[in-house]
Amino acid sequence: MAADVSLHGFVQGNYSRDTKTENPDGGDYKLSEERVQLKLEGTADPFRLFIKGDAFHDNIDKHSIVELREGYADYTSEKWDVRIGRQVITWGVGDLLFINDVFPKDFEAFFSGRPMEYLKKGIDGVKLGLYPGRVNFEIIATPYFEPNNYPDPNRFWMFDPMAGRTNRETQDPYRDLHEAETALRMYRDVAGFDTSLYYYRGFSRQPSMMPDDPIAPTKLTLFYPELSVYGASVQGRALDGVLSLETGYYDSRQDRHGADPMIPNSQMRYLIGYQRQLWEDFTLGLQYYGEYLQEYSAYVQNLPPGFPQEKRLHQIASVRITQFLMHQTMRFSFFALYGLSDGDYLLNPEVKYNLTDSIWVAIGGNVFGGDKLWSQFGQFAKDDNVYSQLRYEY
Amino acid sequence: MNRIYVFVLLLLLPLNALAITADEAMKKSQAAFLYPGADLKARVMMKLISKGGQERVREMMMLRKNYGQLGGEQKYFMYFFQPADVRNMTFMVYKYPGKDADRWLFVPAINMVRRIAAQDKRSSFVGSDFTYEDISGRNLEDDAHAIVKEEKIGTYDCTVIKSTPKAAEMEYSYKLSWIDKASYLPIKEEYYDKKGELYRVFSADEIKDVKGHPTITKRSMKNLLSGHMTEVSFLKADYNVGIEDSLFTERYLKQPPKRWIE
Repeated sequence: MAADVSLHGFVQGNYSRDTKTENPDGGDYKLSEERVQLKLEGTADPFRLFIKGDAFHDNIDKHSIVELREGYADYTSEKWDVRIGRQVITWGVGDLLFINDVFPKDFEAFFSGRPMEYLKKGIDGVKLGLYPGRVNFEIIATPYFEPNNYPDPNRFWMFDPMAGRTNRETQDPYRDLHEAETALRMYRDVAGFDTSLYYYRGFSRQPSMMPDDPIAPTKLTLFYPELSVYGASVQGRALDGVLSLETGYYDSRQDRHGADPMIPNSQMRYLIGYQRQLWEDFTLGLQYYGEYLQEYSAYVQNLPPGFPQEKRLHQIASVRITQFLMHQTMRFSFFALYGLSDGDYLLNPEVKYNLTDSIWVAIGGNVFGGDKLWSQFGQFAKDDNVYSQLRYEY
Repeated sequence: MNRIYVFVLLLLLPLNALAITADEAMKKSQAAFLYPGADLKARVMMKLISKGGQERVREMMMLRKNYGQLGGEQKYFMYFFQPADVRNMTFMVYKYPGKDADRWLFVPAINMVRRIAAQDKRSSFVGSDFTYEDISGRNLEDDAHAIVKEEKIGTYDCTVIKSTPKAAEMEYSYKLSWIDKASYLPIKEEYYDKKGELYRVFSADEIKDVKGHPTITKRSMKNLLSGHMTEVSFLKADYNVGIEDSLFTERYLKQPPKRWIE
């Protein structure tokens, strides 16, 4: 049994400068770092080992960090396989709009102009794949909960309903196997459409805030409320393009009646996407997305004074256009998310050019706005930035 | 009167026979070019060469399996070795005669499988001078075929066939194909634009016998307008290697089996 080992990776510079105003802490950069990534792969059938590690120097905080992005072992059999370790899992059919992709994300990376792969964080767990025939299964168990990463308040201006309360502590979900996260995906082809059913039982990856005293809080506890998601998606060729549909029911298990203002209401989420090539190397993608609050009257009744009131139906539309030029070595892309309910937006234009087969450079921008300073993208109105990525890959 | 009928029939017959032969020749050419063997495993090197001589390299393993009859459904599985930024990416195509293909791309950096919206007729394959249609074939019924002449190219005795698209959507007004009478492989193809000017040339630069199938192991496509060209070589090629149906699934798109990509 001969092992086959390969080593690849990249060296990268990544910088993002404010264009509107300085950061809350006075800095001018959202991001400034140099990074090295190594990808080590060893295969000796039926086993495979993969390690992806980054080392980077952050020029803003002036420190260097080594992180394991992924590190897992695979075992592959004819009808099943298993992957154990830190791994990235991507589910669902949305383009930057997530329903059944309940896995951890790094929104700071996305908003400050890192390459797209940094939006996804790995989970530490086990994934079992079963392929008995008609239906395929992916079963995921994660003993240790991993939250989303939100923008750093030193670098991003954000809305905080309890901005004055700085005495905060974070409470992790119970760290025992009894409360491990579990996720299941069943999928197969149905009449030419890729069809999936999803189930997730775990926790919201966005923290909720619990004040010690609702009238005059002195301390806030950040915690991750229990959440289950039941969903489905289909994707296939239709109308001379690719049509995507996805839905999910977000069962907020700690607040099923919607009476606790600190815990998100249960929601129905849905998404319709359509992608089509209009001419050579030009693709248009459109999406419509909605979140419908299940217990709206309870939510309104219990909302503390001074808190912004969400609409019952929160809707977002998105556009993505991509044009390749010069034998697909240059890519112009433009992505926009527009909040139909709140009138807020995120615009992300980008140009990427492969100078050679191993060196590419990308320059882009993130522009945020909206009237309501508490809305999803409007809160980042002062965080507009221009970013650059330069990578040598081998 | 009857004699005149017979005379007219005799006049028409060779023409009809020729017309059938053009369709037949194209059918045989498609079979020899795109359908040999039950399946194919080929390590493919593509060189994209600019007018100024700058080269870009795309290297991939291409696995193809035939389903049904000649000219019928095919499935393609491609694994990319080069360039570095697409290394480990896989690409899968279900090709159907007479309708657009289904395409999936796997992006390893985020462990994501996505459908790709692309139309065969006007999509460049990985930025090369070959379109998807050049790689996996064009529906023969979309063109009217006629034999123009017979001509020798090098050592190959060829039938020259003119194929005119029936719909006006194509960027070329007609194509000339030099089909080798022995192997039925296309030795040369010329594409003419709407003004009737030659702008794109395909040529088979090396033909080898692989398991009894004459196979174009080196080919090129040159765009005369831009001066850009693409050279494709099969570094290794083999037929009837026993590719399982299960390879063409999301499971293996995400984890390409080692034995199929080495």
